[in-house]
Amino acid sequence: MRSTRTNRTSEIANGYGSGVAFGCASLLLFLAVLLVSAAAPEKHLAIFSTAANYSLPVITRQGQDYIGLLELLDPLGTVSAKSDPPRWRLHYNNVLGEFMAGKSRARIQGRDADLSGKFLLENGRGLVPVASLNSLLPRFLGGPATLREESNRVFIGNIATHFTASVSPNDPSRLVFRFTAPVNPSVASEPGKLRLTFRREPLTGPASPMLTFSSKIIPSADYSENNGAAAIEVATSIPLFASFSPDGRTITLAPAKSQTATNPPAASGPGTPAAGTPAANTSVATSQAATAPAAGTQATSAPAANTPAPPAAQTNTQSSSATPPVSVPRRYFAIVDASHGGNDRGEALSTTLAEKDITVAFARRLRQELESRGISTLVLRDSDANLSLEDRAYFANTTHAAVYIALHAASNGHGVRLYTALLPYTGEEDRGPFRSWTTAQSTSIPLSQATAASVAAQLRKVQVTVRTLSAPLRPLNNIVTAAIAVEVAPPASNLSPLTAPDYQQLIAGAVANGIVDIRAQLGAAP
Amino acid sequence: MIPRHFFIAVAVLAAAVLGMSLYAWRMRGRAAATPVATVDTRPVVAPVSGSTEQVTLFVAYDDVGVLHAQTAQIPLPSVRQQRAEELLKALLALYLDKNSPHPLPPGSDIRSVYLVDPGLAVIDVNAAFADGHRSGVLSEALTVASLVQTLSANIPGILKVKILVEGKQRDTLAGHADLSAFYDVSAVNQLSSQLQSPQ
Repeated sequence: MRSTRTNRTSEIANGYGSGVAFGCASLLLFLAVLLVSAAAPEKHLAIFSTAANYSLPVITRQGQDYIGLLELLDPLGTVSAKSDPPRWRLHYNNVLGEFMAGKSRARIQGRDADLSGKFLLENGRGLVPVASLNSLLPRFLGGPATLREESNRVFIGNIATHFTASVSPNDPSRLVFRFTAPVNPSVASEPGKLRLTFRREPLTGPASPMLTFSSKIIPSADYSENNGAAAIEVATSIPLFASFSPDGRTITLAPAKSQTATNPPAASGPGTPAAGTPAANTSVATSQAATAPAAGTQATSAPAANTPAPPAAQTNTQSSSATPPVSVPRRYFAIVDASHGGNDRGEALSTTLAEKDITVAFARRLRQELESRGISTLVLRDSDANLSLEDRAYFANTTHAAVYIALHAASNGHGVRLYTALLPYTGEEDRGPFRSWTTAQSTSIPLSQATAASVAAQLRKVQVTVRTLSAPLRPLNNIVTAAIAVEVAPPASNLSPLTAPDYQQLIAGAVANGIVDIRAQLGAAP
Repeated sequence: MIPRHFFIAVAVLAAAVLGMSLYAWRMRGRAAATPVATVDTRPVVAPVSGSTEQVTLFVAYDDVGVLHAQTAQIPLPSVRQQRAEELLKALLALYLDKNSPHPLPPGSDIRSVYLVDPGLAVIDVNAAFADGHRSGVLSEALTVASLVQTLSANIPGILKVKILVEGKQRDTLAGHADLSAFYDVSAVNQLSSQLQSPQ
């Protein structure tokens, strides 16, 4: 009897033990899965072309990487899609692609194309395997397109940027990188390493990713690509400074002392501000920084995806504030900012029409009009990307453009409304070369108003109703150069002209003419 | 071998899950069947008792995109802060009227107005006010100018105005008008004078 009870007790104990162990194991497994999934960075596909550089999120389905084909082609040309499940048709310029959900073959211009995996149709959105882009894109674009699958980067056309690296023969502590096109990497350092990360440049590496140098201070550099970005990691035994040539094609790494002694006013980047990101600092520098100290400096956060390259901004504020202003080469005369984007739809102009879609279409048209008049133009948002107001101001300020034009669309009222910043806000005071973030526009208000007047005059010439106002509209007050916002409303109560190419063209042409008229005045501004 | 009590425990848990699911399903059905009030019917007009005073309200008109000053007789308490609240509630009553020249979403209200010396007024609006506000640069600028101008024209000594939503700072009113900064009354005066002519 006693023996039986003892056995039963032991059995119960074992049962409890196995149950508890099973529960603990399940809990640990669940937590491990949760941690791993939380830690995994979101995958991106970076696309580099002469028309636009942007990145898109990669979607994983059944263990395979997929990308939305419409979103991929949208910034590159005129694209439309029609979903008729299970069929999905896509028009890119004059090329027709026909896809079938669940099938691994598609027809492009009547010819078969292999997709390297099944085509997926999710809520009317066509997803193709990333691996299929090597064969799909040349068929749609009619030119070469290269997918670097290991790093999720797509190069459209011959746009790759190459580089060489060499240690100065006179000074083994100086490493010089020369690039075939201007670059703006972010710079980060940690003990024994300096890392240059190129998220917005189509950088390609040398034949061997490991570069070795005959220098004890800088023995090697390692090139790598991952998740839409390229990086060069330099091994170093002492803290290094990074400085950029004014044309953005040369980066020199040197120890702090050497850098200061030999290159005191060197630019830190093409059009680099001294301030850090606006989120961290509430001021924006108007003068050029001296150097980008890598050692002891945190890298700035990478700009939002789908945005053009802002210049590097890794600068010690103390050293920069002590540096005299240096003239900055201007890469773009005009910045055109398609307001809203991503989750921010702006005004719902109708049940199907969002302000964000009108602004990006209008931005592309305005860029075309400005560039046809010889004005180099950068469109800040060229796809359906989220871009914060701080980032918009940051990009506009760091490119040192002569004029910033924000685009909005509205359903109420008629014609066009032009806005300049409503100042003064009550904000912080300027400190030395740094401007208060909230009142950065203050010194440019007269020029902004002159720009608005010039654009208004041109709009009136083409019989468009126009009104000029000041408005509490960010990021106008954060911009250091001439800044206006253009709000386009339909000419009458009918909304359809907002999407009509003729109406967009009329307004874009008039705005471009207005900028051309005041070009000399804008160009002369610091 | 898995002990019997383990099976019993799993069975009890499974039964509990099933029971809870059925209960949740029934509750969901009941909630769906309950009519939800789509319009907040709380009164937002100023109290009608007490002596009335003549005030100037700066009223936005969306159709022509202008701000018009118009006088009104409204009952106002003697305490400065309560006067500010009643003033803005009277303005909102105009906007919530069915013939509103600048419609605001149903249920829009002024939660409080705080007057902080020297010269700062903080207007705290409710979530309905901002969440349902019509989006657009001009539409939002009209609302901001209307509130700030009405307050500063009738309550002497206000130099700066901050607008909060449910007691918290928001970046924008409805995607455009900046709510992150303090408005300088003199700057809003300038905007108001621009908005008083349709050009």
